[in-house]
Order: sequence, then structure tokens, then C-alpha cells
Amino acid sequence: MLVNLGAFGEYGGMFVPEILAPTLLDLERAFEDARNDASFTAELDGLLHDYAGRETPLYRCLNIGKASGVAIYLKREDLLHGGAHKTNQALGQALLAKRMGKTRLIAETGAGQHGVAVAMAGALLKLKTRVYMGSKDIARQAPNVFRMRLMGAEVTPVDTGSCSLKDAINEALRDWAESADTTHYLLGTAAGPHPFPTIVREFQRVIGREAKRQILEAEGRLPDTVFACVGGGSNAIGIFADFIDEPVRLVGVEPAGHGLHTEKHGATLEKGRPGILHGSYSYVLQDDNGQIKESHSLSAGLDYPGVGAQHSHLRDTGRASYVGITDDEAVEAFCLLSREEGIIPALESAHALAQAMKEIKEAAKGSIFLINLSGRGDKDLDQVMSYLKNRKGLRPNGGQL
Amino acid sequence: MSGRYEKTFGRLKGREGRPRGAFIPFVTLGDPNHEESGAILETLVEAGADALELGIPFSDPVADGPVIQTASNRALDAGATPASCMALVKRTRAAHPDIPIGLLVYANLVVSRGLDAFYGMAAEAGVDSVLVADVPVMSSRPFVDAALRAGVAPVFIVPPNADEQKLRQVAALSKGYTYYLGRNGVTGAEREMDEFGADAASRIALLKEAGSPPVVVGFGISKPEHVRAAIRAGADGAIAGSATVKIIAEHLGDPRSCREALRRFVTEMSKAS
Repeated sequence: MLVNLGAFGEYGGMFVPEILAPTLLDLERAFEDARNDASFTAELDGLLHDYAGRETPLYRCLNIGKASGVAIYLKREDLLHGGAHKTNQALGQALLAKRMGKTRLIAETGAGQHGVAVAMAGALLKLKTRVYMGSKDIARQAPNVFRMRLMGAEVTPVDTGSCSLKDAINEALRDWAESADTTHYLLGTAAGPHPFPTIVREFQRVIGREAKRQILEAEGRLPDTVFACVGGGSNAIGIFADFIDEPVRLVGVEPAGHGLHTEKHGATLEKGRPGILHGSYSYVLQDDNGQIKESHSLSAGLDYPGVGAQHSHLRDTGRASYVGITDDEAVEAFCLLSREEGIIPALESAHALAQAMKEIKEAAKGSIFLINLSGRGDKDLDQVMSYLKNRKGLRPNGGQL
Repeated sequence: MSGRYEKTFGRLKGREGRPRGAFIPFVTLGDPNHEESGAILETLVEAGADALELGIPFSDPVADGPVIQTASNRALDAGATPASCMALVKRTRAAHPDIPIGLLVYANLVVSRGLDAFYGMAAEAGVDSVLVADVPVMSSRPFVDAALRAGVAPVFIVPPNADEQKLRQVAALSKGYTYYLGRNGVTGAEREMDEFGADAASRIALLKEAGSPPVVVGFGISKPEHVRAAIRAGADGAIAGSATVKIIAEHLGDPRSCREALRRFVTEMSKAS
């Protein structure tokens, strides 16, 4: 067994430079202490309610699924303050950082949604904030960069490696190795060293807890299948957590980019093999020698060659299935939800919807699908516009786009 | 285990009249390319390096600053693999049977090949020690076991924030030598090592009292005065990584003057040890 700390089956662990080990152990203790402290949970719940707008609605699509007799429910994390589920755990960890006496936050961001959530939390709780962001992502997510700066965060471009999420995490870890006395690294996904996969899951668990209650109220029964996109896997683990012990199918949707038969994808659980990246043992996209490969996805938030350790465990045990959706399919779903329901989803979330639309054809009448609509798509408009311009074969919305 | 560290540190300490510490340059294997890297290793030894610390390039070196990150990329772009790096080690070992050679690697390179296979390959190439930059003491058990099975010394790091318990753990686990961080953060010569005063001296003394192998200081070592400060505090040697690699970066395309500059640097740093 490689992993002795924070294990999910054979995955997880704490593989970091020695200098960060005491910091992570302090964090583990502080988190355990906080979650058992009623005043901490009350403060967090208060912020989630009053500031962030929880609970978020569970919305049954009026039009999609109607013809096939399948009920499609969307958990509307896109309506959360900040525009994505990331706010849930940014607030949680920022409160934890304050409780630990830290005065500064650092974070990585891919699509910019996590960076925005950390910038918000930093502004709200008066913590100095720096966000590391790959220069490639800065180029494709300009509005989010402006949002972060507007809220007082410093956005630091990362020009190493693939200039994307993976490299932003490297840079944040390097900062932390020097600054941990004053600084909390507010990691944004369910990957990373122990205790992050557990902290992130627990702060995101609210998604599934609410959705479960809401669907029982609406339908009197649990859904047949839960769909969520998986980059690092935070929104997926958040909506899965309360369903893992229930007879419900769990489907994680990875970015298949140009296709799983190509090298241009980010389907870590389908095409990777176990290894150590960013502090934990989990599936990783890597070459035969163990060098980490660059991932690809049109969706910056899913463009990551690693994945949260618990997803690796759910995959190996067969408790959840993981499938790929291509850039093309995601863009079609992006357009479909906009056209049919008047909801513009994040490109990330569009992956989950696209998989549900594929499965709808074989689903029995009366089936219930629950999809985590993890974020809204305003940030992706430029990206989708230029994608459609360059992909003449794609003609969504009657070709008028 | 090979015993080369023991012999080398013992010889330096036992020098009649003037005991001294070890100067250990670090370079990334395969940087700037395979052939030139081999010649650089030769130069370092000829110029008086007491031991070598060698990195296998990794795509995501989270413990390294910009200088060594760039060196890793140069090596990877030139086609370096763990196997080609081991071939360089093997060549150096054949030419210099007594010099201690340590590897600095990242965990995925070990895990990807399989722990026993990796340490076996290292031992076969003539490596004396392996430090895995992203495996802290508390996650190290399988790595230590595999290293010892292969007869390779596992090396651990003492960071500036280590408490007494950590000092004692490292003293007990580390074989060959113990890597004492000159400062926090990642590798790099831009930020110099901390002032090495009474505090560092008492921590180094505690390590030794707890049975640590020779203590070597690294991180922020770029000038002879840093080496002197480390030795004064009771360390047995000093490692200069980024400062050495920077010389390679500054002489790309001019291998002859690169080796000349490396020779001067190693000679000067050795004198201070």
C-alpha cells in the first residue's frame, strides 16, 4: 500500500515536500475541529444562505426530456453567487483560514470560476488574495480575470508547462512552501494532498444533500441517475456524496476533447493510470516514463490531467462510471439548453448534460435524471462564438449561430 | 549500502591539519542534452566536487524554482528519460568508482516504474542515495523499504519548520546524508539561505546526537560565504543546485566556456568547504 493518510481505497495520501507536511497536518486538525464546532457551521451556513443565495433551486426541465418521458432535473448551482458551485467551498475554506489565523489566501484557477469564488471570499473576509492562472486560461477567460481583479485579488499569470490549471497548481504549491505561516492555499478541486479531497467534498456535499431532499419532495423517490462533469471532480463529488450509499447510478463525465482516440482530451479516469500528481495518488494522464501529459478541453475548468482520489476509488470499485464527452458534443449541449430552456450553462456543466441527452434515448419512460448544473455559461460566450465560427460542421440552433 | 558517503565524509573530516566539509554540486541529468550533460558531470568531478547530486527531469517539479524548472524542460525537450539519465550515471560511476552519487527525483517517476524496479535500476547504475522531493517522512514507508531492499540510501529533508520530533525522525530514517534546508520555499539562488546562527547550529547538533548521518545544507547556497556559514554551523557539507544550473543556462551553445565556468565555480566553492 502506497497510501497511509487520507486514503480512498488505495488512492489519496499526502505526497508533498517535507516543508508542507506540518502545514497539511495543521489544516487537517483545524478542519476536524471546525466541523465539530456549531458556531463555525452556523457562520458558514449563514453566509451560504444570506450572501451566496443557498439553497439553490432544483429545476425540472419544462421542454428537454418531455418527448421521451424522462424527467430531467437540474441542480441550479449556476444560480449561486459567483455563478458556480465553487463558492460553497471557497467560503468554507476562507472561514477556516481565518480561524487558523491566516491573513492571506492563494489559489489556482482554470476557468476562473474558482478564482472568482476565492476573490469574493477574500474581499468579504478581508484576506489578501492572489490567484495563479495559466496564461492560456487568462486568454480564454478574460471576463473572469477582470472579475477577480475587480474584487481586489491579484491575478498572477503562469507561463510554465502547459500554461493551464496543472501549472497554476504547481505555482501555488511553490508559493505555499514559502508562505504557509501566514497563508492558506485555498485549493479549488477535490484533488491534491490530504486533507483537501475530504475538505472539498465536505464543503461541496451541500449540493447533493439539498438535491436529495428536493427530489424526494418533488418526486417521492430518488433519481435513477446522477450526472456531473469531472475535471478535478469537486462538483461531482459534492453531488455524489449523499447518493453513494443509495441505489442510484452515478455518472462522471470527463472531457473527451477531440475524442478519446486522440491525444487531445482530459479523460484522466478513462485514459490515465495511477500515479502521483499534486500530492495524491490517483489516476493521472502520463507517458510511459511517468511524465505528466498535457490535457486538452475546450472547457478550461475540465482541462486537468489529474483527478480527485475518491473518484479513482469510485471508478475502480465500479460504484460510479466515468465517460467522455467531446468538445463538439459539449458545445451542442450548451446550445441545446440555451435554446430549449433559456439557461446558458457553463461549458463544463454542458458535458454532464450532453451525457444525459445521450442516455435519454435508452432510458425507460418515467426515469428521473439529476444533472449538476455546476455553473453558468456567461464566461464561455466568446469561446463558443469562435468555436462555432471555426467548426462549420456544427450547426446548432438551426444554423443561425 | 555502498558506504561511499561514509568514506568520503570520513576522509574529509580526517584530513590531517585541516578537516573540511563536502561541496556537492547539483545538476539536472540530460541538461542541456545527453552528451553535454555527460561532459558536465566529468568536469564537476575533475574540478573537485566531493559528491554529486543529480536530478532526473520531471514535467512538474513543485519543489523547484524557475532555474531548475527550466533545466528540467531543456533536458526533457532534448529527449531525457529516466533510463537515459541512469546511463549517464553509469558512465560517471564507471569512471569514478568512489564518488558518492545521489539522485533527486519526484515521486511519480518512482511510482510509474514501480518502486522496486526504480530503486533496483538506480542501484544497478551505481547510485548511492535517492531523495524523493515530494515524499515527506510520514508518507515514506514504502519508499524507504524499497530503497533499503535495493541497497540504496534513502535521504530525507529537514525543513526550517521541523520540530524536535521531525528532527529525530529524519535522523533515524535518513541514510548516507541528511539534507538540511538553508531556508524555506523552493530551490533557487535568488533568495539566499537564512542567517545560520546559534539556532541552526543547535538543530544540526540535535540531528547528530539523534544519530543522523552527515548533515548537508542546501537551498539558497550560491556563494563561498554560504558554504562557510553552513560548515561553521556544524554541517558536513553544502549543496549548490540553482547556482550550478544557472551557469549551464548562461552558456547554452558554448559547451567549452560552460565547462570552464563550472570548473571555476566548483573550485571556488570547494575551497570554502
